[in-house]
Amino acid sequence: MHTGSKLGMAKNLLDKLLDSHTVKVMDEDHRMIYIDRIFLHERTGSIALKSLAASKRSVQRPEQVFCTMDHIVDTHPGRGDSTQMPSGHLFIEATRRSAAEAGIRLFDIGDADQGIAHVVSAEQGIALPGLTTVCPDSHTCTLGGLGALAWGIGSTEAEHALATKTLVLKKAKAMRVHFNGALAAGVTAKDMILHLISQYGANGGAGYAVEFCGQAVTDLSIEARMTLCNMAVEFSAVTGFVAPDDKTIDYVKGRPFAPSGQAWDQAVSHWQTLQSDPGAVFDQEIHINASDIEPSVSWGTNPQQSAGIGQCVPSPAHLDNPDTRAAVEKAQTYMDLRPGQKLDSIRIDAAFIGSCTNSRISDLRAAAAMLKGKKIADGIAAVCVPGSSKVKQQAESEGLHQIFIDAGFEWRESGCSMCFYAGGETFGPGKRVISSTNRNFEGRQGPGVKTHIASPLTVVASALTGKITDPREYL
Amino acid sequence: MSNTPIVEHCGVAAPLLQANIDTDVIIPSREMKLVSKEGLGEGLFANWRYTLPGGREPNPDFLLNRQEYRDTSILLCGNNFGCGSSREHAVWALREYGIRVIIAPSFGAIFYNNCINNGLLPIALDEADTKHIADCCEADPQNLKPAINLKEQWVRSPDGKTYTFSIEVAAKHMLMNGLDQIGLSLQNADYIEAFEETDRRARSWAYLSPTKDNDLRSANGL
Ligand code: SF4
Repeated sequence: MHTGSKLGMAKNLLDKLLDSHTVKVMDEDHRMIYIDRIFLHERTGSIALKSLAASKRSVQRPEQVFCTMDHIVDTHPGRGDSTQMPSGHLFIEATRRSAAEAGIRLFDIGDADQGIAHVVSAEQGIALPGLTTVCPDSHTCTLGGLGALAWGIGSTEAEHALATKTLVLKKAKAMRVHFNGALAAGVTAKDMILHLISQYGANGGAGYAVEFCGQAVTDLSIEARMTLCNMAVEFSAVTGFVAPDDKTIDYVKGRPFAPSGQAWDQAVSHWQTLQSDPGAVFDQEIHINASDIEPSVSWGTNPQQSAGIGQCVPSPAHLDNPDTRAAVEKAQTYMDLRPGQKLDSIRIDAAFIGSCTNSRISDLRAAAAMLKGKKIADGIAAVCVPGSSKVKQQAESEGLHQIFIDAGFEWRESGCSMCFYAGGETFGPGKRVISSTNRNFEGRQGPGVKTHIASPLTVVASALTGKITDPREYL
Repeated sequence: MSNTPIVEHCGVAAPLLQANIDTDVIIPSREMKLVSKEGLGEGLFANWRYTLPGGREPNPDFLLNRQEYRDTSILLCGNNFGCGSSREHAVWALREYGIRVIIAPSFGAIFYNNCINNGLLPIALDEADTKHIADCCEADPQNLKPAINLKEQWVRSPDGKTYTFSIEVAAKHMLMNGLDQIGLSLQNADYIEAFEETDRRARSWAYLSPTKDNDLRSANGL
């Protein structure tokens, strides 16, 4: 990933992040990049570690490598090693062994710091502004919210990073997306990214690393910036990030793995240089008026198939490209929706709050504030899964869990849970789910499950009424 | 180094000439439950190779199960071999089964790269040429074997017909030296060390201390 900046020229943030990590320029298109942090999880981490050991190689800097149990662990209270997925415990046991052998800090089941990789990584100060951070999970770009250069890799690349402390990267183009002006009340980072993808396409960011900026981005909390960056991969971008600012520095300060003392001062002065220079060049720039953004919800089977909540299921009839038309028809058949149907009239069966997109403490606080003293509609199954055990504990100390439980939500242990079906758990075939997750692909939440992705506020409002509902009705 | 180098090769060649054999066919997902790269050879072509899904009773009709194709190390394939999902398990399974060379008119892009990284030589030859080699071997596969020379970039059919093929310099280097991408990168160890030495001064804050790591080991119960 590099944009070919020359010395003395104004640099964009991507240039700065890459230049400071370039070990060797391999050829015009490729650079060897130094990797600062590697995060593994039980689904693919054990494979990478075992295979590394089998080829008589070792983890070069175990102190910079971390591992968690998130993808297939059970999230029911009182959980152990057995999972909803048959033979899932094998992955858990293998990961535990491999992590111990390699001397890697493991956030194991029962550890007070366990949780979803990308939530834990930020919460513990493992990912930091300006650090190259990789994990064999596509949503690693979440950490771009801190100003880290973070992206998802495959398990073979993970082995490469573990054994060499580097990855060889192909040139990415630089894109900047400006969200100008302020968001309206009830509109969140999740709605911003759904809006971007619905307007510019699920492939709109292909080949790009995307810098998000503008007043609406600056106004977001660090946790909300992580939500925004989380779905950069749904825009097909290599990654997304926000330049670190004072808010970022405040967020990072004092976290367990963050620098302290003199190192902290050195870090802060470095972070203060991490912005695109005035006059820096981008391969593409997009401008969006933040006040145009409504709470958004998906109606189809990819995140591009989303719209403002006041709109209707679109008609494929006017689409010129026969492939696009066929894809939209197929999506609407799967979702069992008709063109013209109002989005806020669609009845739901279930509601899910969780995932690395929207399961941090600010998400749970916002959801609980809306739920407080109310009950979800009859017949709705609702589950809340905190993003980490720390988030869970914090929520419980604030009494949020009781609000969820009283309203009719299940309150779970932390993990990826129903973000994807590989955990083996689902609301059931044919069920229609409003979900704070990031992917609405066919079968993502189990065979036949119809997923509508939206912000936690929209999930709560919908759970309260039993149909997709504009959260602004509850503000 | 972690792969077996390949410079010259001569072996039994099996024709699987239908187009678009995807990675799900090469290894069905239910065969990928293991937590390692090993043990996947048994799952290779499982849907074709065994009589029942998930079973292990050999299907006598499948080519690779026939006596004359024992010890197959070369596959002669159709267009777009290895298309579909990016699962690297497909290549691991082929490698463990004993395949060293795959000749096909074209390959799935990710599959092709996975082959190079795992010491499997993918050779792109015209459909007609691939078919010609298959025809030449068919009568007696155990004795009529194609010969491959990666150094000089040619394939010789048992009837003596020789075809040249092209391959990227870096890929050839990796295969001939048994290097995977890690091995290749480790040849730059000097650069990596030099970078770290300078960087540790410039960004000392980015480096976690191994002392802390020791605490972590004890936190892990080591
Ligand atoms: S919560 Fe979902 S998207 Fe996030 S890491 Fe887990 S499975 Fe991946």
